[in-house]
Order: sequence, then structure tokens, then C-alpha cells
Amino acid sequence: MADPALFEFLHTEMVAELWAQDPDPGPGGQKTSLLVLEGMGFRVGQALGERLPRETLTFREELDILKFLCKDLWVAVFHKQMDSLRTNHQGTYVLQDNSFPLLVRMASGLQYLEEAPKFLAFTCGLLRGTLSTLGVKSLVTASVAALPACKFQVVIQKL
Amino acid sequence: MSRQANRGTESKKMSSELFTLTYGALVTQLCKDYENDEDVNKQLDKIWFSHFFPRGYNIGVRLIEDFLARSNVGRCHDFRETADVIAKVAFKMYLGITPSITNWSPAGDEFSLILENNPLVDFVELPDNHSSLIYSNLLCGVLRGALEMVQMAVEAKFVQDTLKGDGVTEIRMRFIRRIEDNLPAGEE
Repeated sequence: MADPALFEFLHTEMVAELWAQDPDPGPGGQKTSLLVLEGMGFRVGQALGERLPRETLTFREELDILKFLCKDLWVAVFHKQMDSLRTNHQGTYVLQDNSFPLLVRMASGLQYLEEAPKFLAFTCGLLRGTLSTLGVKSLVTASVAALPACKFQVVIQKL
Repeated sequence: MSRQANRGTESKKMSSELFTLTYGALVTQLCKDYENDEDVNKQLDKIWFSHFFPRGYNIGVRLIEDFLARSNVGRCHDFRETADVIAKVAFKMYLGITPSITNWSPAGDEFSLILENNPLVDFVELPDNHSSLIYSNLLCGVLRGALEMVQMAVEAKFVQDTLKGDGVTEIRMRFIRRIEDNLPAGEE
């Protein structure tokens, strides 16, 4: 069983590697790198979702799925639960983590705010990917007001 | 009660696969990037080597701090002790496996770690026959980076790999020299 520290270290190097490779340092290039990271997270999220035992896959309603992300998925991936889940009951959910592990190593407060999106892109994809396996199409974005707290916004896409 | 137990098992499973899945996704992504560039085809191995090894090295440099903080292992007095710690403590802690130590050189400066499988590639299908090199280099980089931080210059390389069809995965570790602390010029 792989230790959680390994994933954190790998994630840091992954972000650095993709950023270093980007030939376009401007806003356009950064967007590509963020998309790439999100796409990788999506594939991993899908794969993780596929590995769930069958009985987990029967949720009574949409909110149960989001609760599953906040508890089971977050514990499995980050070894803690999401700190809060809010919804407008119309398909938008806000998941708040007050101490997001991938941001914790980066100082707290406002110092590295600009860097934060790089460290959230993969996880946005992860959420979107797991939801996809559970039959839910979504858009996932993240925002940071002050490290290491962040919010993930999940908007369910009705077909 | 049984639902709680189920939850625990699911979590553990997902957690253990996260690293290997992420690594797999990273390799796939980088393979894609290089396949598109015709100029680098001939130097593919070199470029992958140059990209993954330093990343692995960086991971190793951070990993050793984490390891020393969590493991209570004291300073190793010789390469044999180092081998034991790597196989029985470090591999166990981070990858949940214990490679066996074999093939010591007469001088005691080289040994092999034998693993039944390549620990980084569960659940992952490699896109082509270059990928084995990529996987290997990251792990070799980690070992080298980590040991350099405890004053040991070593070489680590894969000499057998189950990904290539070998019966086992074998990492050859070679002690190069002890790294003395270098004081900046002008200081005593």
C-alpha cells in the first residue's frame, strides 16, 4: 500500500514538470498546463471510481453522491474528510476543505495565492472523474481565499 | 457495523492505488507530449531519462526528511546497514513491500534489491517499450536523491524488470563515495 506522502511529493513534481515544459509562459500557456493537470486528475478519478465495490454505486440521490465524495473519496485520497458541504439544492455544491493537504506544504495566508490554482487543477479533475464513473456529468472548479483553505465548486450538468 | 468495515477496506484500496494511477497518468501524458514532436524521437530515451531522473531526485530529497522524521532510524554505519534500512524500513513504509537483498559484491559496495514486481506499475498499461525506462528512472532518482541527503553518493539502476518480461525486478545499488560536508570557501 503506497504511503500518502508519495502521492503528495509526486503531485508537487508533476505540477513543476508540466509547468517547466510549457513553452508559453503567458496566461495562454498556463491555461494549457491547468487543463492537462485537470485531465490527468480526471483519468485517475475515473479509475478510482471504477474500483469501488458494486454496492457503493447505488446512491439514493445526488446529495448522497456528493456526501460520498466528501467522506469516502476524500478520506481515501487525502486522509481526512471535507470540512463542509453546501448546496443550493439545484445542482450546485460547494465543498470546503479548511486545510487542503496539497496546499498545506505551501505556507499559509496570502503569500502564494497566485500559485494555488496549479495545485488544485488535478484534484478538480479527480472529483469530476469520480463523478463521471458514478454517472454524473459535472463541471468542477476551485478557489482559494487564503491558504491552506480552499473550496471546490461542483456544478452538475443535466443532460 | 459491516458497512463501516466495508468503508475502511474501500478507502485503503483506493488510497494504495492513487499513487500508481497518478504516476501512470503522468507517464501517459508525457509520452503523448513527446510522440508529437518528431525531432525528439531519436533522443526519446535520453529526454525521458533527463526529465524523470531529476524529478525523482527532487522527490528523494524531500522523502528522506519525511522518512527520518517518521522512522526513528539512526545513522547507518555501513552500506550493509543502509541496504537493510532501504529494504526493510523504507520500501515497507512507502510502498508496503519488502524487497530481498542479494548479490553483494566482494567489496561490499554493491547489492541488489529484488522485487517480485515493479511496484509502480500495478493497474497501468504501458503505452510502448520505452515506458519501462521512465518508471525505472523515477525510482532510481528517488533512491539517489534520498541517499545523497545522508551523505552517500550512490548509483541505482534497474538491471531486470518484470515490465520487460524478466522474472523479477532487480535494482542494482552501487556505493560510489561518502559525501563530505563542504564548507564554503573562506570559512574554517
